[in-house]
Amino acid sequence: MNDSQGILWEVFIQSKPGQPHKHAGSVHAHDNEMALQNARDLYCRRSEGTNLWVVPASAIVASSPEDIGPFFETSNDKVYRHPTFYSVPEGITHM
Amino acid sequence: MNNQTSLFQYILKIADNQLILGHRLSEQCSKGPFLEEDIACSNIALDLIGAANSLYIYAAAIEGANKTEDDLVYLRSERAFRNVLLVEQPNTDFAYIMCRQFLFDTYDYFFQQALQNSNDQTLAAIAAKTLKESTYHLRHAGNWIIRLGDGTTESNMRLKNAFNNLWCYVEELFEQDAAELDLVAQGIAVDAQSIKSQFYSHIAEIMQTAGLEIPSGIFMQSGGKKGVHTEHLGFLLAEMQSVHRSFPGVKW
Amino acid sequence: MNSLKLDENQLIENFEAKLAKNEMIEPKDWMPDQYRKHLIRQISQHAHSEIIGMQPEGNWITRAPSMRRKMVLLAKVQDEAGHGLYLYSAAESMGISREEMLDQLHTGAAKYSSIFNYPTLTWADMGAIGWLVDGAAIMNQVMLQRTSYGPYARAMVRICKEESFHQRQGYEIMNVLASGSAEQKEMAQDALNRWWWPSLMMFGPRDEESPNSAQAIKWKIKRETNDQLRQRFVNQTVSQVEKIGLVVPDKAIKWNEAKNGYDFGEINWDEFWTVVKGNGPCNKARIAAKIKSHEEGAWVREAANAHAEKNNKTKAA
Repeated sequence: MNDSQGILWEVFIQSKPGQPHKHAGSVHAHDNEMALQNARDLYCRRSEGTNLWVVPASAIVASSPEDIGPFFETSNDKVYRHPTFYSVPEGITHM
Repeated sequence: MNNQTSLFQYILKIADNQLILGHRLSEQCSKGPFLEEDIACSNIALDLIGAANSLYIYAAAIEGANKTEDDLVYLRSERAFRNVLLVEQPNTDFAYIMCRQFLFDTYDYFFQQALQNSNDQTLAAIAAKTLKESTYHLRHAGNWIIRLGDGTTESNMRLKNAFNNLWCYVEELFEQDAAELDLVAQGIAVDAQSIKSQFYSHIAEIMQTAGLEIPSGIFMQSGGKKGVHTEHLGFLLAEMQSVHRSFPGVKW
Repeated sequence: MNSLKLDENQLIENFEAKLAKNEMIEPKDWMPDQYRKHLIRQISQHAHSEIIGMQPEGNWITRAPSMRRKMVLLAKVQDEAGHGLYLYSAAESMGISREEMLDQLHTGAAKYSSIFNYPTLTWADMGAIGWLVDGAAIMNQVMLQRTSYGPYARAMVRICKEESFHQRQGYEIMNVLASGSAEQKEMAQDALNRWWWPSLMMFGPRDEESPNSAQAIKWKIKRETNDQLRQRFVNQTVSQVEKIGLVVPDKAIKWNEAKNGYDFGEINWDEFWTVVKGNGPCNKARIAAKIKSHEEGAWVREAANAHAEKNNKTKAA
């Protein structure tokens, strides 16, 4: 894995203070600081960010496409988690 | 020398350093050791050339001779360039590039920090913007000095070699002539002596972390600030100015 | 055996159902081997094109005739490096390493766009490349934003966004030259003459001679054919040429009302195949330059690795 191009890192950018970090892409780098700088040089050339995370790609644990049923579709019938499931008398606001 | 002429010359010295170093780095575009580093060096080159550009625009205004930034860049010959010898040294290998970068970036960081307080509002404003960039450049170069110094026997040897050969250009960074000292007295120019100890202590700190020793017994060269350059600059300018000079007076 | 075979059929069916619904295929999804192979080849080829493409333009950074042009060109070439990188990452998500891809490029096993095997001889070539070469590339890339492989499509979205200035800056260079001195105008026309046909070649062989194309369209990797894209490029470029007072170097150019597009002359397909097969004016020099910088960088990468390993050991201890 640690070939002469460095390891693969995933890059997450916060576009404005207060916003969540979003996945932007990946870079190669040999160490933490280089990963951070490479991510900055690659993904923030046009004022895209205010903060950066870099994570070794190998550290990311991802669910599999087969998991889509048991992981995610099981919440489809839990309609009572959504506010529109409940009725309130007409004219009631701020709720 | 009247004040405007001194100021014009002073701005040229700052701008020429940025331009020539940026130009040298831009020669490396597409030749980096790996893609990410290629992009990083181009970014730094762009910062340097951009800073030079702002300074030339200001210098042209100060000179008041109806010239543009391009006239200053493309129509001066080598004896009129005021950059230090360090920045015109060629891209011998990546160790030279990073060593040259590290020495200049360290100087530039403390220099821009001081220049922010200049009584000349325009220079102070340009310095404030440039400082953000030099802070990043210094971090980038310092990291590489440590990586190369600590890395392999070969990288350590190459870096040592680069320091030994570039060290002779360090003292020139702090030379100031009478006209410049006059600007220092007026609070316009940076007092080079005031940043010298910070410069050497930062260099020493990083070199120590990198397992390198400061070269000793090196004879110091100078002349760039007076327009007496190494032979390298002539070729750099011949290339840089070739198209512009071949078609006088046209728009690009 | 039998059950495996059934599974495979089921997987293919699911895969094709996804394509039919215009859903994206993601790295961990099952995909046919041929789809994976096709994409690795196409994406890495695309990445290599960006990287080799830095050379003909990088050639003029140090000679750009004004500060503005110098900064723009440097920023543009740097963008190409970034785009190569996005694309290498997209290919890596299919299970090939960047090292392997670079090896393939260096040994000649992988191709890149032939356009970069032509030399850049004058400053006007910077204009012609930005305008025509990037223009042709964008035509292809806009289509690829809707390609069926997720990471490739997302890389394309980012690339198209960033490249929007590339073509404009090229056209601006040409416009300034074309309205400048007689010498400058001649330089612009000469660049147009040299880059026009190679740009049309960028779309690849004619549809009937492009066997991979049909499969790529079936898999929704490509959404339009080589000839469709080429025709659209000619249609939009002719008026841009005329607008700045230059002449399309093709006597057969003629508006065809019936097809609502321009008729144009035949591409020199012998030249096309000569360059594809490695005998263009710069094929050897481009690869040699790439290998040289790769080899000269080897000790730097080793040093960075060694330093990182020492650090990891210190941390572990």
